[in-house]
Order: sequence, then structure tokens, then C-alpha cells
Amino acid sequence: MKHVYFDYAATTPVDSRVKKAMLPYFSEKFGNTMSLHSFGQEAKLVLEKSRETVADLIRAKPEEIIFTGSATESNNLALKGIAFANQNKGHTRLHRYASPHRYASPQQIQRFWRAKRCGQVIISPIEHPCIIETAKWLQKQGFQITKLKVDKYGMVNPLALEKEIRKDTILVSVIHASNEIGTIQPIEKIGKICRNKGVYFHTDAVQSFGKIPIDVNKMNIDLLTASSHKMYGPKGAACLYIREGVRIEPILHGGGQERGLRSSTVNIPAIVGFAKACEICKKEMGKEAQRLIKLRDKLIRNVLKIKGSYLNGHPQKRLPNNANFRFDFIEGESIILRLDLLGIAVSTGSACSSIKLEPSSVLLATGLKPAEAHGSLRISLGRWTTEKEIDYLIKVLPGIINQLRKISPFKVIKSA
Amino acid sequence: MPIKIMYSKKVMEHFQKPHNYGRMKNPDGVGCVGNPQCGDVMKLYIKVWKNKKGEEIIKDILFETFGCAAAISTSSVVTDLAKGKTLKEALKIDNKKIVESLGGLPLIKIHCSVLGADALKKAIQGYQSKKKDDK
Repeated sequence: MKHVYFDYAATTPVDSRVKKAMLPYFSEKFGNTMSLHSFGQEAKLVLEKSRETVADLIRAKPEEIIFTGSATESNNLALKGIAFANQNKGHTRLHRYASPHRYASPQQIQRFWRAKRCGQVIISPIEHPCIIETAKWLQKQGFQITKLKVDKYGMVNPLALEKEIRKDTILVSVIHASNEIGTIQPIEKIGKICRNKGVYFHTDAVQSFGKIPIDVNKMNIDLLTASSHKMYGPKGAACLYIREGVRIEPILHGGGQERGLRSSTVNIPAIVGFAKACEICKKEMGKEAQRLIKLRDKLIRNVLKIKGSYLNGHPQKRLPNNANFRFDFIEGESIILRLDLLGIAVSTGSACSSIKLEPSSVLLATGLKPAEAHGSLRISLGRWTTEKEIDYLIKVLPGIINQLRKISPFKVIKSA
Repeated sequence: MPIKIMYSKKVMEHFQKPHNYGRMKNPDGVGCVGNPQCGDVMKLYIKVWKNKKGEEIIKDILFETFGCAAAISTSSVVTDLAKGKTLKEALKIDNKKIVESLGGLPLIKIHCSVLGADALKKAIQGYQSKKKDDK
């Protein structure tokens, strides 16, 4: 087998139906949606039609969807947008109207506003780096960041979250389904708690969007991030769902596109592709999830037969396409490279494969020691994964693990 | 970065078919470096004999490594470089020589070559201190 792709969680190929839908919008129907002539209006029409289709997948209203260029951008906009729109939450009335004194220097003014700013943002420790880093930046701007704890499956405890919510809590952000270990969070319970407490709830649904049903109203979600290239659409298109009535500060200022919340010329071909991908996912979701669960479970059953192997993440409440394992005594990058030489593409949470030389913070948050986190392997399936490919992986993996263990100084394996 | 482009041909050769791996019975010296927390552990075992001139040489050398492709290939090439050398020559093997023998290592993996050189030094030092104790 020459090329077997098991890294759908990283990115997916564009479905041929999506590609076909995008083609007219490159050179024939190429207008700018802000132009008043017919080229522009044609583009505007297709933009709004696409918006409807994307909104439909999560049962939102079309006007609640704004298009961005990536999930990272959407996550940045969600956190920064909500934080800065609510930066005085929890202040006393007196403090709210205070201003710097007349002869303050620029540095004094900056320090004043930073001290005046308040508000707490609560996130889970297993968020994608774009949420973690944005939260770190908000902390530098004067906001308070609280990181929840997760259990050994990476699951957030809604009651523990409730205890963390204070008078000045602005936003809770919890990833719907982990891109690394696949665990699906109790979003509905979390959403209900946030709604009762009057706190905004954002969820990064990049991995779950199009794979499992999402209903923003049932789940009490105020903001949601989704990305096209994780569900067989093109790269360069993503969206942020913002519940009607929720105000955010934009990051990009300019021509006023997307209700003034994301000024930039709209990327029509990518958005058309995104919408087509949503349409296909909606139709095929149920059947596809069933098919993937069968393949995933066959993979998990067989890989766990290897001595000293464990499944990371929740055994049942996990994405239909995600299987994340760890293996005693060997390191992840070696496993990936060996598999790559056999034509199989997978991913790992090992330090050696990251730019920072630190093991995956998601795995560490679930209580794994760094040494354990190093031997991890993430396998994510997708639309074109076949049983034959699963069988091939099951066939070659034990040999690779054994070979690497022969080279390893830690050889003693405790029998189950 | 894609792994194949990141690593040289030599690194890939050593990674796919490492030389001299395994656990030595009754080694004369053992050098263990790194720690599982960082993701790199290298163990070098040496057997030291005297050659015809009466010099102490590394007659046999084996390695065991927990780590990435850079760590495994480093360990493998160290055994090639050190085997048959006198202890004096072997102590001169530094990380620059290791990187050269591998045809280069990505910047982010240079620390693996340092570990390899340290493991060899530690193994030789272990043998020398054992000799002193025996006396």
C-alpha cells in the first residue's frame, strides 16, 4: 500500500463535489460582494446562500454566521471580541466612569486602562493552541484567565466549572471535541450552566462540526468556531457563529464586510466550497458516523492487543473518527517515521515532533507523565478510509512497536 | 516539516537499520544519559580489551535508546565511530563529529548528538572508575 492517510484531524482533501461547486467562482463569477454592479450582486447572492447552508448545519440563523479565513482567526475573534466588548464587567459603578488624570503620560494612561480592565475568562486545559495563546495574550492585557481541570479522559466537570464562575466572569470557552484525544465534552450541560449564570459560552467545534449533530439553541451556545478544511472543504474559509444579541469588538476594521465584524474582501470560492461541504456533511453525517465508528472500534480493539498499549481519551464519548494511543517504552516520532516509510501518515503528541520540544499539553492535562505522553500516536479516519487500510495498519503496527522496543532501554513490560 | 526532508539520507539509513543495538551482558562500562521526561534516553554499553600494543580499545559496543529518529540514528553512528578505537581516540569523539557522520541534523535535533557524545564519555569513564575500584 503506497499512500494511506490517517491524519484527517490535521486536514482533509477537498471532496470532488466541493471542488466542482467552487470552480465557477474563480474566473467566471468573480465579483466583489461589495460592488453595486451585477458582478458584485451575483457574488453577494451566492455569499448569502452559502451563509444559509452553513447556518443550517448547526441550526443557527443565517445572520448569526460570519465568515473568517481560519478557525484560528475565529477563535481569536471570539475570545478577544467578547473580552473587549465586556471589559468592565464586575466593576463598581464608580470605577466604571473613572478616567486617567489630565496630565497623565502615555505609559500612565496605558497602565490605567490595563488596571481598570477586568473580567475573567475560563478555558479548559485541553484547548487548541490558538485558544490557549489568545488567553495568554488577554492575560497580558489585564484579564484574568482561569484554566479548569480535566479528568483522565480529558473530560471537563460541569459542576466544577460552575464553582469557578464569578461576578466578573465574561466568557467560558470549552472545545467541543478534542482534536488530539477525541473526547467529546458535555456541551449541553456546560451551556446550560453558563446561560443560568449570565456568562457567554464559546465552543471550538472544529473537529465535531459536520461529524456529530450540533444544535446551538439546544446546547445554549453563544459562539461557535468551525473550519472548512477539517470537513472536506477548502482551506481559507471558516466561520464564527455569534448568537443574535451578543456584541463583540471586531479585530479587523475596514470596509465593513460581515456586518462590520470582519472587514476583508470575502473569499467567495472558499466560502462556496465550505457551504457545499456543509451540505454534503448534513446529508451523509449519520451513515458516515456509523461507518467510521465501526472502523475506529476495529482499530482500537486490535491495537490494544499489543502489550503495553493504552487508549487516550474517553472510550465511548469520543469522535467517530479519532483513536489516540500511547505505547510504553518508545517514542512517538519514531513510530510516525516508521509508519511513514511504509506509506502510512499519522500524528503524535510527542515532544520530539513539536517545535517547542515539549510533550502535548493535552496529554499532560489528563494526568499523563511526560514520559508517557511521548509514546503517543494519533490516528484519525475520514471519508476515504477503507477497511483494507485499517487492516494494513493493524498488520504493520505491532512489528514497528516491537522493533522500537528492542532498541529501547526500557524493556520490561508488565503483563495485563 | 516533513520528516523525510528534515532528516538526511544517512540519518534515515541508521534509523531504519540501526547498527549495534541491544543489551550487553557483563559490560565493562555503561553510559546512560537523558531522561524519559525529556523524551530522550541513551544507554551505551562497552567491552574493553587490550590490543597487541597493550592499548585499551573498545572491542564491542552496543546501544539502547528511547527517543526520536535523531536519537536512534545518533546512537547507532556513535557505535560505528567508537568501535575498535582506543579509549583515548574514543574520548575525542564529540557531537560535531557525530553530526558530520550523519550528514547533518536539523537544528532542533542537535541536542541528540550532544547526548550521544556524552553517553560515550560516560561509558568510558564508568569503565575507568570501575578499573580503579578493582585495583
